[in-house]
Amino acid sequence: MISDISEAELTVTMKGIVKRFPGVVANDGVNFEARAGEVHALLGENGAGKSTLSNVLTGLYRPDEGTVSLNDEVVHFDSPRVALERGIGMVHQHFRLVNSFTVAENIILGEQSSSLFMDTSAAIERISALATKYRIAVDPSARIWQLSVGEQQRVEILKALYHGAKVLILDEPTAVLTPQEADALFMVLRSMVSEGRTVIFISHKLDEVMAVADRITVLRAGKTVSTIECATTSTRELARLMVGRDVVFNRVIRANQAEPHKIVLRVSDVDATDDRGRQAVKSISLTVGKSEIVAIAGVAGNGQRELAEVVGGMRPATRGTITVNNEVVPNGRVRKAMRAGVSHVPEDRLHTGLVADHSVENNLILKSYRNAPISKMSVLRRRIIRAQAKETVEKYDVKTPDTITPIRLLSGGNVQKVLLAREFDSLPSVMVVSSPTRGLDVGAIENVRKRLVDAADSGVGVLLISEDLEEIFALADRILVMYEGSIIGNIPAAEASRESIGLLMGGGSLSAENN
Amino acid sequence: MQSPLRLERRLTQPKWLNWGVPLLSLLGALILGGIVLLATGKNPFSVYARIIERGFASTDAFSRTLISATPFAFTGLAASVAFRMGLINIGGEGQLYLGAIGAAFAGIAFQDQPTAVIIATMIIFGMLFGGAWAAIVGILKAKFSTNEIITSLMLNYVAAIFLDYLIFNSNSYWRDPKSYGFPTGKRLVENAYWYDISIGPIAIPFGFVVAVFVAVIVWFLYSRTRFGYEVGVIASSPSAARYAGIRARWKIITVMALSGALAGLGGASDVGDFRHVLDAKGVQISGYGYTGIVVAALARLNPLSAIFVAVFIGGLSNAGYALQGPDFPSGLVGTLQGLILFTAVAGEILTRYRIKRQNTIADGAIV
Ligand SMILES: Nc1ncnc2c1ncn2[C@@H]1O[C@H](COP(=O)(O)OP(=O)(O)O)[C@@H](O)[C@H]1O
Ligand SMILES: [Mg+2]
Repeated sequence: MISDISEAELTVTMKGIVKRFPGVVANDGVNFEARAGEVHALLGENGAGKSTLSNVLTGLYRPDEGTVSLNDEVVHFDSPRVALERGIGMVHQHFRLVNSFTVAENIILGEQSSSLFMDTSAAIERISALATKYRIAVDPSARIWQLSVGEQQRVEILKALYHGAKVLILDEPTAVLTPQEADALFMVLRSMVSEGRTVIFISHKLDEVMAVADRITVLRAGKTVSTIECATTSTRELARLMVGRDVVFNRVIRANQAEPHKIVLRVSDVDATDDRGRQAVKSISLTVGKSEIVAIAGVAGNGQRELAEVVGGMRPATRGTITVNNEVVPNGRVRKAMRAGVSHVPEDRLHTGLVADHSVENNLILKSYRNAPISKMSVLRRRIIRAQAKETVEKYDVKTPDTITPIRLLSGGNVQKVLLAREFDSLPSVMVVSSPTRGLDVGAIENVRKRLVDAADSGVGVLLISEDLEEIFALADRILVMYEGSIIGNIPAAEASRESIGLLMGGGSLSAENN
Repeated sequence: MQSPLRLERRLTQPKWLNWGVPLLSLLGALILGGIVLLATGKNPFSVYARIIERGFASTDAFSRTLISATPFAFTGLAASVAFRMGLINIGGEGQLYLGAIGAAFAGIAFQDQPTAVIIATMIIFGMLFGGAWAAIVGILKAKFSTNEIITSLMLNYVAAIFLDYLIFNSNSYWRDPKSYGFPTGKRLVENAYWYDISIGPIAIPFGFVVAVFVAVIVWFLYSRTRFGYEVGVIASSPSAARYAGIRARWKIITVMALSGALAGLGGASDVGDFRHVLDAKGVQISGYGYTGIVVAALARLNPLSAIFVAVFIGGLSNAGYALQGPDFPSGLVGTLQGLILFTAVAGEILTRYRIKRQNTIADGAIV
């Protein structure tokens, strides 16, 4: 097939890009080049400056220094719209779609000539043509709210293509996808570059970069570390380039074996509703044993958050009971749950697990401020609080100027260290931990995982809620899969495969696949 | 087109802003006020000089300033305690009326008791009435999530009507039956007048002493106790409060009641220190409750600063009374207070944000 865009192939070149924000240099002299016909991955830890660089490219930010050129012509984009007119489209981490509109309406939206009454029939034809060409399965007349996150992402991609994007930037596109959906996405991206388009694929996950990219540019702390051919490198080398030192990511060795029969947490027949009152947890029963790490795999939004909140006492169960160390915990009572030995590390660290604007030391006492010696006769004892905070900061190696620095000024990894420090020090029997490494960089991930394993080794039963299969396989003794509010699989980690878990996460069933 | 200047959120607030902002706000207000004066053909320097003279410069003037400052201190504290939990209580005005009603009731009912007992009951009744009035707002918010700005404001009008009714439209307990023609409240017996405490030549009204005492307690409560800690968590992050098992609803009611009780104490001090009668018109004209919001804003919600700011504002309004006349612009004091609020709010924005020349669109930007 002769491509309709081959005569307009684009090479993007960024030279010496510097972009400063108050207190940080997000891009510090970045050089980057993406050629037509390649998937070029931009790899880097969180905060390395990937999103900033792509925002410079699409005209959302203006660089403080450096130039952007298209086919050797220096360009200045004032806005993403201007960039798109020149063929550069972006799929953001957070989608920008109107929920009540159809797919087609969303795609046409923003077209220059669009009037109040859109002529959708011609557009639908073009969209369908594009969708077939790239094998992107979407129904143009479906409404956005009816679509899964993965489908919404496809709409964003179609939208960029529809508007003539020759260079497509995807910022951490797989963060919201199941493994199967991610594979499907990679197919689409490959077929786009075979057409002479350019794909810039942003990620901090080594495996998927290796799976999809032709070339990889590694960013570290705002600087280009190097650009390498995917064929000539390995995940190990990439990890070293990304972090600046060697990292080991294997299944963590356990000092103490799980004792699944000494049950510390029992969830029996629990139902719960979400914030809008719809049933989110459907008669879930599970147990966690002493020293056992039980993972709940699942795509976000399948009731995991609600389940975690029920166990943590933040959300009352509409049916069923929670038992900790053979004692029933009163329903929906945070303090009772705490006292029973439940620790809860929520997904939203900064605004639920911690108070972003408050100091490190005030956050460390969020659960113990009612108890001696932190407070006495309702009066907080500042000197003791500070001394304990200093000890904790040292023990858990939290990087902070002092203990009165607001949490929000700490890096993601250190934020999580503070939260985990507080929870570990409460000496729980059970920890419910939601996406504990989401958004963290490789070094911090290593640290968090090690801490979780230490906790399990010391006898704590851990209920790990995660979407990250890598993490689940690295940590779990047993894997449950949650889909649409129910548990649809319970597999010892040793017998599970990525494929089988990924399939269950997408709502598939194992037996059907086996036939 | 976008403007070439934009605001960018500061990551940290430098310490000097704590005193820099109030001072610069005041200076800004004085300059703006000066421009207004110039425009109306007055010499701003001489007007300001007279304000200083009549507000602060003599011991006599200063004693009177402290009397005016007392209700401002209480309403300023009242606004601060609520704002610090993110509760926008603008009902200090009505809560203060209720406090005045309560205190006047105690002053009349217990007039045969010793002075100390009368003062104590006036304080208690002032706080109870003001607190209960504000608790209505808190309960509505906690139970039905009504917006406290609206309910507290509405209750100001209700309180004003109630106050007028007690004195002008009924033969209530508070109304002096012997006041024909223009109805007034029952005057308190002299035994019920609040003490002055003399330090050298300056007479410090008892209410002011109470205000300082209360400010210290509030400071302690908010920075050193579990209660204050919980309020801080709720204010900064309701979901973290839920996570930690802190019951926000109950706290909303408590803090509103506390705020109202402080405003009510302001009403009590107005009756006990100053008017010695439930003066329905006088207490409404003063606008203590609304000015308390200015005080709180300028003090950046710090209870100890609120005392100083209240003295300053008290001096302004005291000078305003003293200087009233043909050659003194009557609206000046109000205008200055308005300007101070304006510059204080502007200054507050600058403590959180900084002005930057436009060249980027950053996440933290506000338009
Ligand atoms: N709008 C902004 N204002 C201030 N700092 C920012 C802004 N955007 C990004 N940063 C900072 O710049 C650095 C790079 O961020 P980003 O480009 O988002 O990294 P990545 O996408 O690689 O995770 C980080 O330290 C981040 O905190
Ligand atoms: Mg990013």
